[in-house]
Amino acid sequence: MTETTLDTPSHRWWNSRALSRFMRHRLAIIGTAMLLLLTLACFAGPHLLAYDELFIDLRARFSPPLTGDHYLGTDPMGRDITARLLVAGQTSLLVGFFAMILSTLIGTVIGVVAGYYGGRVNAALMRFVDAFLAFPSIFLLLALAAFINPSPVMITVIIAVTSWMEIARIVEAEVKSLRERDFVMAGRMLGLSNTHIMFRELLPNMVGPIIVAATLTVARAILLEAYISFLGYGIQPPLPSWGNMLNGAQQYLDSAPWLAIVPGITITIAVTSFNFIGDGLRDAFDVRSEPT
Amino acid sequence: MRPEPDTAGECPRSEPVLTVRNLTVELPTGMERRYAVKDVSFDLPRGRVLCVIGESGSGKSVTANTIMGLLPNVIRVTSGEIRFQGDDLLKLDKDSLRGLRGRAISMIFQDPLSALNPLMTVGDQIAEAMAAHGAGTRQSRTERALELLEEVGLPDPALMLHQYPFRLSGGQRQRVMIAMALALEPDILIADEPTTALDVTTQAQILELILDIQKRKGMSVMFITHDFGVVAEIADQVIVMEKGVIVEQAPANEIFTAPKHEYTKRLIAAVPELIEAGQPDRSISAGQDDTVISVENLNKTYTSGSGWLGRKRVVSAVADASFTLKRGQTLGLVGESGSGKTSLGRLLIKLLESDSGRIVYRGTDIAPMSEREFRPLRPKIQMIFQDPFASLNPRSTIGHIITVGPIAQGMKRSEARTKAFRILQQVGLDAGAYGRYPHEFSGGQRQRVGIARALMFDPEVLVADEAVSALDVSIQAQILQLLDEIQRETQVSMVFITHDLRIASQICDHVLVMQSGKIVEAGPPSRIFHHPRHDYTRQLVAAIPGTGRAARPA
Repeated sequence: MTETTLDTPSHRWWNSRALSRFMRHRLAIIGTAMLLLLTLACFAGPHLLAYDELFIDLRARFSPPLTGDHYLGTDPMGRDITARLLVAGQTSLLVGFFAMILSTLIGTVIGVVAGYYGGRVNAALMRFVDAFLAFPSIFLLLALAAFINPSPVMITVIIAVTSWMEIARIVEAEVKSLRERDFVMAGRMLGLSNTHIMFRELLPNMVGPIIVAATLTVARAILLEAYISFLGYGIQPPLPSWGNMLNGAQQYLDSAPWLAIVPGITITIAVTSFNFIGDGLRDAFDVRSEPT
Repeated sequence: MRPEPDTAGECPRSEPVLTVRNLTVELPTGMERRYAVKDVSFDLPRGRVLCVIGESGSGKSVTANTIMGLLPNVIRVTSGEIRFQGDDLLKLDKDSLRGLRGRAISMIFQDPLSALNPLMTVGDQIAEAMAAHGAGTRQSRTERALELLEEVGLPDPALMLHQYPFRLSGGQRQRVMIAMALALEPDILIADEPTTALDVTTQAQILELILDIQKRKGMSVMFITHDFGVVAEIADQVIVMEKGVIVEQAPANEIFTAPKHEYTKRLIAAVPELIEAGQPDRSISAGQDDTVISVENLNKTYTSGSGWLGRKRVVSAVADASFTLKRGQTLGLVGESGSGKTSLGRLLIKLLESDSGRIVYRGTDIAPMSEREFRPLRPKIQMIFQDPFASLNPRSTIGHIITVGPIAQGMKRSEARTKAFRILQQVGLDAGAYGRYPHEFSGGQRQRVGIARALMFDPEVLVADEAVSALDVSIQAQILQLLDEIQRETQVSMVFITHDLRIASQICDHVLVMQSGKIVEAGPPSRIFHHPRHDYTRQLVAAIPGTGRAARPA
């Protein structure tokens, strides 16, 4: 008797089931669209505006939104809020993105090593993770930021070192269950090194959960940056960030509420978009979420 | 066939207890075929055992789940009817169906551990089955549970009542499942591969229990299996299913003596049989004295619990094992689960470290070597794994899977690729497989990939750990044939680990019978299986399903 191959679609990402499940997740699609729009606006937008983010228009201080060319109004120094918001978006998004990359790298390496070796290595590494988790990260951030020159790069690094623990835990749990599978034993049988098995055989099996966690990390990193900048320890003016725009707005909440509302809404949009995408990806990678 | 067809003479034309007519169940789009079952009609005779046999994907479990109303939401019944006590089960609402489930129709499953609630005592679970239907009082339910546990032959039922499932063995758990299913004296018992996960001796006991209860209660049993040996043991009526369609329905004795459909014939022919008593054993063609591996007094114990708080438990997985493996020889390791055969296989290939003893490969003792020292020797000793799904990395192409080892051992990429194509052809896969992923292949094809991976190194020793037990019988036969061909061609020595004595008897030159870590008997298969000396071997041989059957077609 001959065996026939199943007629399943080939294993390419663009026609995978995960992608089609993601496409059916309405909120995730909205999130993706919003985020693309926001990113495009932040990086292309400033070139199209009449004012740059540092231009001071003294005659137009405290203009409410929709005054002349100042679509979102101006700040107490007469700088165009639209321009500042978009340039701030560049900083905030880049900080969020690179903090995610860095924390995912740290978390993945620690998680894979801890999960694969188990035993004492696992105990030591995971207690290290616990120690980091036990620290209230916002205070750690503030303390670190107070000592270090708060450039965007340093802020990124600080956020990354305080937010890799979740990924480490997720990856560790994944590896622990995967390493019992026969294909890992087959790898040892073939004489593959441990590093090879960990990063070339096991890691590709965890892209799903890692991508989900990474997406949610971007959202959190953007929020963290906003927190510390709001408190004055983050990105320093005149370089705008969503957080320090809020900081500048707090004393004018009564007279010029748009100063707070505009960056506030933008942060909300960015963070919820990332969270929606994260949820969509989680459902997409989870086979059990197949709609009935 | 069971010894005495009990009620055959008394009520020859009694009404069937359940009739299925033109049942068609649709699969969600994108699956390999449109229908899980198509136009299936059959009767479940009253007080009889109906066996539904077929290979994986034949739709036998879907049929059973449809009767129970337990189909997943994505699978829909498109037409047909299932008549039971005047009702069409497919038209009943959820509540009336729930009323029938467990009370009138009960089911037992393949894996009793996952079917039992790990957090409830056995007694509570049985009582719960009754309470769900509002039967009896708390007191009477406990009494009934006790009675049932006794009925299914569990030792010390009063104590058993308060046990948790994890404390029981596989056979005991299946007995608990049966007790639960019997709690409300159902008219129909549906058994979905209830003995597949069990050892042969346990399987024989459970089959006997089901038959015994069926006879005493006059129950109707629908028994789903893939094993013709089991069919031979218990069936009155047989339905053969292939790809969602019933291809043959006949009384059990007719199926064996005069199978009509091609598929049935093929299935029966593919059932491995114990070699005949006088038949000469398979003998090694070349180099009788060419010893490849000799194992001397090998030991391995597992320690569980730290011994710091709580008691330390020491289990001997392999105790004082000694044997030799010659070039071109197939050595069978047989025994039930927990006998240490898998541990012994893993010790040989050093996926497990031994505690003491020697493993001499070509004059060098490999047992004390570190991973680093042993790595250059790894290519010489390869393994074929049991589970064709878990043993291939789902994220790697077949090409990657079979070349990654040789490349890591220093083979040139282009050379590995060329060799991979040659080996793929040797194991019966076409070159197109190279760039594809494991999930695109069937179980048998995946197992071929596993074999190809092991062959890439031109190994001297192949350890095959239950390499065919996860496969359908017809595929099993093909893979065994492939292994045989490879062995003839390459003179590789094989350690064949299996729980299936029939297979061991056919392909092995020498058999070691293991029980609780010890090798209790060793010898050529014709002697071992026809003149067993050890009691345990005798039990194993007696438990082989289908052996009670005298006449078999040639």
